[in-house]
Amino acid sequence: MAEEKIIVLPGDKLDGPNLEVRGLGRNYATYKLGDEVYAALPGVLEVTEEKKIYIPLENVYIPKPGDIVIGIVVNVGLSYWTIDINAPYNAVLTAQEFLNRPFNPASESLSLYLVEGDYVIGKISSFDRFRSPFITLKGSEKFGKIVKGKVIEIKPSRIPRVIGKKRSMINMLMEESGCDITVGVNGRIHINCDNPHIEDIVTLAIKKIEAEAHTSGLTDRVRTFLKDKLSNS
Amino acid sequence: MSFTPFRIPIVPQLKKNMILSLIEKGLRIDGRRPEEPRPVKIVTHYLDKAEGSAYVELGKTKVIAGVKLEVGEPFRDMPDLGVFTVHAEFVPLASPSFEPGPPDENAIELSRVIDRSYRELGAVELEKLSIIPGKKVWIVWVDLYIIDHDGNLLDASMIASLAALKTTRIPGFKVEGDNVVVDKEATSGTLPLKEEAVYVHIAKIGDHLIVDPSLDEEVVADSRIAFAVSRDGRIAGIQKMGQGGMTIDEINNAMELALSVAPKYFNAVDAAVNNEGNEGR
Amino acid sequence: MKYGEKPQLIKEDGTRLDGRRPEEPRPIHMEVGVLENADGSALVSFGKTRVLAAVYGPREPIQKYMVLPDRAILRVRYHMAPFSTGERKSPAPSRREIELSKVIREALEPVVMTELYPRTMIDLFIEVLQADGGTRTTGVTAASLALADAGIAMRDLVSGVAIGKVNGKLVVDIDEVEDMYGEADMPVAMATRLGKVVLLQLNGVLSKEEFVKAMDMARKTLEAISEMQRKTLLEKYSKVLQS
Repeated sequence: MAEEKIIVLPGDKLDGPNLEVRGLGRNYATYKLGDEVYAALPGVLEVTEEKKIYIPLENVYIPKPGDIVIGIVVNVGLSYWTIDINAPYNAVLTAQEFLNRPFNPASESLSLYLVEGDYVIGKISSFDRFRSPFITLKGSEKFGKIVKGKVIEIKPSRIPRVIGKKRSMINMLMEESGCDITVGVNGRIHINCDNPHIEDIVTLAIKKIEAEAHTSGLTDRVRTFLKDKLSNS
Repeated sequence: MSFTPFRIPIVPQLKKNMILSLIEKGLRIDGRRPEEPRPVKIVTHYLDKAEGSAYVELGKTKVIAGVKLEVGEPFRDMPDLGVFTVHAEFVPLASPSFEPGPPDENAIELSRVIDRSYRELGAVELEKLSIIPGKKVWIVWVDLYIIDHDGNLLDASMIASLAALKTTRIPGFKVEGDNVVVDKEATSGTLPLKEEAVYVHIAKIGDHLIVDPSLDEEVVADSRIAFAVSRDGRIAGIQKMGQGGMTIDEINNAMELALSVAPKYFNAVDAAVNNEGNEGR
Repeated sequence: MKYGEKPQLIKEDGTRLDGRRPEEPRPIHMEVGVLENADGSALVSFGKTRVLAAVYGPREPIQKYMVLPDRAILRVRYHMAPFSTGERKSPAPSRREIELSKVIREALEPVVMTELYPRTMIDLFIEVLQADGGTRTTGVTAASLALADAGIAMRDLVSGVAIGKVNGKLVVDIDEVEDMYGEADMPVAMATRLGKVVLLQLNGVLSKEEFVKAMDMARKTLEAISEMQRKTLLEKYSKVLQS
């Protein structure tokens, strides 16, 4: 399967009937003029004999229901927290969602539980661009306040590479390092290792993935990189 | 700082659809043809206390221009030239979308666009406005007052300023040493004007170009452009406005349209100036 | 109303004061991603004119009422640094800067896909570091690179250049001296792939024939500038394909 990769820029034509848009939805990354489809963002176009795949290299994270995100508390309200999710819209985490019980703002203060600067992992439960996105903490024992480990931030457009095809990259990262890694699709990644030094090495490995996202043989190179650094430590 | 307008007047969707479907047939909501400006009404000598003034109606858009002459000091780098300045106020009584306060970007743009055309043409003979070279000159203040906004403030304001400048008298004055004593009751001459221009504002709606857009048409327009045209048919200023683009062909067509419409505006100004007082108060 | 001793702007051999041919722009330099904090940034220079542009957003506006339900609001500030000019420029916004902020915003509105980001604000800050003619067109060129760098969806890049008339001759990319003593300054910006003119002003007087010719010169130059912008972005991203 011959594969060619080229960089495309806003205004470049992405013709061909079998165009697939990865990462963001088609509407966020391309536009139509007549019958032709054009790129709206800098991206990579992978051309094979069967199809063309367009993957944006820069984009703004737009939340959608079901996304796992890592947020930062930016405001403590009376009955909800405002959460920065690295998106154009701040998200809402309600007291009831966090505490999983009825909450009376008259007798309790939310700052007992989460304050500005705290990290939370959760899932977008609803968002339609007309109202703020809401975060739910149901669905995984990982959801909730982050109390340990490290959170790093990369371009949201590189997140699919950190996960890899069929989770190949993320599984490799976890196996080689022995750490627990949670990827927020909003560009934030939680790394939780027994040893803070290993957290730094995993950080470097993820930064390498971000920089070389679309080179071939990346998984193997990152594996070698990790092995090398871990054996020297 | 410039913001995407978020307080623009709302044109109801039905009206918008009507404007668009009429334009497709080469018609306009007020019955005009695409290349037809609204009727121009000009009253010169509208005010007593200004050295020059005009009241202009372009359709329902109404503008007052006042020209005041004052004795002042020249700019240091142009010691022998009079000073010419244009200022526009969008007073709040003119539109629900105008707010009290300092001029906004639209008022600033309007006054600078008009100022530039007079300046670049060398319209006002500033060298004749020196009183004591290097020390005292006439300062010409052109103040544009928008009092009713029904679109195309630029053409209306330019016509008002031109009619006012053409009928501006210079007050009587005496030089006493380094001082100039002005007698506003007397007249020592008329303002020396060697070039003239009008603006022709064109809106693009769909694929169609229309002259002198009304407010509704301005709001639904994809893009707008205005050409200043001199008496002898040269282009003495351009300003593209609005939120859409235009092809070079569309711009060239708009330019031709502007050149063909400009004589109508000049004729209206001439008729008003030559019949001075007839239409006055 | 030009004043002072006017230099001969076109020499005997047809070249300009700085040796350029009439249709030759100044040396152009472009860089993207030059600022750490901004979501997107670019530094562009045309000769001695040097402009920095930065994009923040789309983000929730601080003033909650400054929103539109169906699109993002663009907020543009064109500003000249106090040291950018011969005499120190007061940092307070001038009437000129207010007008140019508006025309630059209107030049970007047609290409930025604001409909994708309703209820948000996209901030674009343009700082003129050194002014030697053509600052608004350099600014709009830098701004569109910064928007691409920020990952904000756009239909095309925007490229700008000023056409001038000096000593009776039309020339491309006028500098400060040519602007000061020339007969006309016509800044133009285009989305060249879309074939749309998005910024056009004329300070000066041109005949109809001169205007048509000037627009044609602008289009040719802008197509070349657009290719330079693309090359600048391609260089940045070529790294993600080759290690």
